[in-house]
Amino acid sequence: MAGTPFDLQLLNLCAALLLLLSFAMLAQRRVVTLVNLLAIQGALLFVATLLLAWRTGEHHLYLSAALTLALKVLLLPWLLHRLIRRLQVYWDTEPLLNISGTMLIGLLVVVFAFGLAQPIAALASTATRSAIGIALAVILLSFVTMITRRKAMSQVVGFLSMENGLFFGAMSATYGMPMIVEFGVALDVLVAVLVLGVFFFQIREQFDSLDLHHLESLKESPTFGKSPSPAPARSVQEN
Amino acid sequence: MKPLEILTQALELIAALAAAPLFLGWVNQCRAWLQNRRAPSIWLPYRGIRKLFHKDAVIAENASPLFRVAPYIVFGAMVVAAGIIPSMGTRLPFTIAADAIALVGLLATARVFLSLAAIDIGTAFGTLGARREMMVGFLAEPALLMVIFVASIISATTALPAIAENLATQTLGLYPSLAFTAIAFTLILLAENARIPIDNPATHLELTMIHEAMVLEYSARHLALMEWAAALKLLNYACIGFALFLPWGISTGTGGPLSLLASIPLLAAKLTVTGAALALIETISAKLRVFRVPEFLAIAFLLAVLGLLVHLLLGA
Repeated sequence: MAGTPFDLQLLNLCAALLLLLSFAMLAQRRVVTLVNLLAIQGALLFVATLLLAWRTGEHHLYLSAALTLALKVLLLPWLLHRLIRRLQVYWDTEPLLNISGTMLIGLLVVVFAFGLAQPIAALASTATRSAIGIALAVILLSFVTMITRRKAMSQVVGFLSMENGLFFGAMSATYGMPMIVEFGVALDVLVAVLVLGVFFFQIREQFDSLDLHHLESLKESPTFGKSPSPAPARSVQEN
Repeated sequence: MKPLEILTQALELIAALAAAPLFLGWVNQCRAWLQNRRAPSIWLPYRGIRKLFHKDAVIAENASPLFRVAPYIVFGAMVVAAGIIPSMGTRLPFTIAADAIALVGLLATARVFLSLAAIDIGTAFGTLGARREMMVGFLAEPALLMVIFVASIISATTALPAIAENLATQTLGLYPSLAFTAIAFTLILLAENARIPIDNPATHLELTMIHEAMVLEYSARHLALMEWAAALKLLNYACIGFALFLPWGISTGTGGPLSLLASIPLLAAKLTVTGAALALIETISAKLRVFRVPEFLAIAFLLAVLGLLVHLLLGA
């Protein structure tokens, strides 16, 4: 540790903080705070990209850093905050598992990701190769976030944080993807958020709620469907 | 053991015993200032202890001998712990006698006797407090051990003085793992010492109390020992934190009592800052519901394990 240069130490700190932020997202119940955490994650990614660009002298990384700042720190959080205001969803319901249980699962996921990344890191030749494990852990933790949440809003935040993890992984494994791929992904994410925003309104109009559990039943339920069809078998069961 | 070493060790113990109520008084004073109250005197804990020693003890009829013995055991355990923790010097006879895991066991012994004594009388409050204390304890202990393991892996030893010496002599760098574990340790310190997010040390006869519920039946000298032990526990935890994360200024030589004197100013400065920070944390945070306590300690455990994993992966 004493021998590592200071900028690499800073990069390691960024990686560790990214991992911590993923856990914070896993534990957070308020959707507004969740979006803020996503913005902080983007900002950390921006700092890490800048540091790496300065360290390696690769010019295209400056461009990715600028793209990260514009898209992940400013535009996407702003869009999500606007959506939250319009849809009036400030809280997620209680997650499927309690917080302590989710944390323990998250820890196991991190151990798994670190083990998985070890052979990959051994093959990579970059200075930041040890951070690949953290990137993989961030991706898997975002998966856990998406799995344990009910509201569509938190799931989208999980999706975006997964994209952040992928970006960080590509950065630490090969100093970033080719520019064209990066632009493509950035555009995809932007479009995805816009389309999902439209979806949110549709889901809420249909079910009066953003709880995705309503999407799991195949039949139209009598309470939420537009044409209320009495379901005799079900009412017998309820009685 | 040479007589000089014993003298040095005795000096350290006396200093810890004398400083513990002062530290508690300082925290209380800071807290009062932050809450816009007129602060009580910093010597108030001493006066409380002296007053209690002058009173006659009242003991419940159905109390077993355990109830009478427990305060001495708890107090004794805390004094021994104060000897083991390298607060002023690292080469003292007590500090090298036991490692960090034995220290955690010693703290657990004190907790067990405190809880047993609380259950012994058979009042509802005592049992309730003991059960809550055990819940906090069984969640906080693994977290504390994980914190110690991170520092142990970095220094390749579980002996606290060796860890402190190793960290004090290393070049400065960014250690994300140590930062995570330091936060985890702060959470554990708050939980173990009945500070505000978990328990309010200023309340008496409240349904949510933990520590106060256990010592409710004690009076006079027994209560004085219990309160002194609680103050000593707070000081001990602060000193464990210094040994693990801020070991600068600790005396590493075997120079005798004089070298200990040299380490006092910096230790006092660290305690002053820590006390103020503790008061600040207690002022800005609200007390958690009892059912949120496992979550709080799960976060501490998580941070400690994350520190360990980050250290193993990044070597930082």
